[in-house]
Amino acid sequence: MMLNGFLVVGALLFALGATGVLIRRNAIVMLMCIELMLQGANVTLAAFSRYLDDQAGFVLVVFSLTVAAAEVAIGLAILVALSRVYPVVNVDQLDSLSG
Amino acid sequence: MADNLETTVAFWYLAIAAVGAGGLMLVARNPVHSAISLVIVIFHVAGLFVILGAGFLAVAQIAIYAGAIVVLFLFTLMMLDMRRLPEERVTHRQIWLGIPLGILLAIEGVVVSVGTPEISESIKGTFPPATVSELGGSTQALAVALFNDFTLPFLGASVLLTAATIGAIVLARRVEAHEQADFPQAASGSPANETAAEADTAEPALEESAR
Repeated sequence: MMLNGFLVVGALLFALGATGVLIRRNAIVMLMCIELMLQGANVTLAAFSRYLDDQAGFVLVVFSLTVAAAEVAIGLAILVALSRVYPVVNVDQLDSLSG
Repeated sequence: MADNLETTVAFWYLAIAAVGAGGLMLVARNPVHSAISLVIVIFHVAGLFVILGAGFLAVAQIAIYAGAIVVLFLFTLMMLDMRRLPEERVTHRQIWLGIPLGILLAIEGVVVSVGTPEISESIKGTFPPATVSELGGSTQALAVALFNDFTLPFLGASVLLTAATIGAIVLARRVEAHEQADFPQAASGSPANETAAEADTAEPALEESAR
């Protein structure tokens, strides 16, 4: 069935994004990987919405797009503000709160 | 939509390209290459939305993600100027935990996805293809659902976007001289607080009480 194919794509995109957040140290690339996870969730939502004959999943994808835009705007603004104080984007070096 | 040959071929192409570009994004050393891979993923996911019969979502996806979000990423990369920053170390300790956990998550997701049972007629929603085409198309059906059942969340989303816009502007604006004391480097030099009378009068007051 086609639904399973879409779910596999969504799961793989989500797993790739999660792996990226875990293994990459560049804060901007980590934000991009969060976007990848949101893409995976969007594919799953849209697929279920299509095969359940319901519009709620598509509507949720619209809200997911909104939240992604807001999240990226705030995240990147925090990075820009941070880079004025500490000129690094490697999250391993941003450890002034770790005792 | 019938699962005919064209749909199947398009699905396999889009699926493989999206996941492949997602993998490229992870291994790209240069963040700009990661951003380009993200654009490729976004376009192919938009293609998947078209297969699912959600043309409006595909266009919104391209306009918002590729047009706004990735451009924002690229602008930030330009502002931060990665070249003068130290190179990202590719092999660090966390990679040996991160990759197995990611593979585990992928296997888990694929197993759950493949094991999803057939959807029975009893749990189907109120928008079968006949109703959707009767409403005039998938965009109209989306609008019917969005503006009838989800009006309040829709308004909440607009408030969220406004708040995010204001927050981003406040966070990313240039730090004025009198606000430098908020940051550790300039803590010793005491800037003139009298000039700080414009928008944020609370910050100098806090600063005074901290001394």
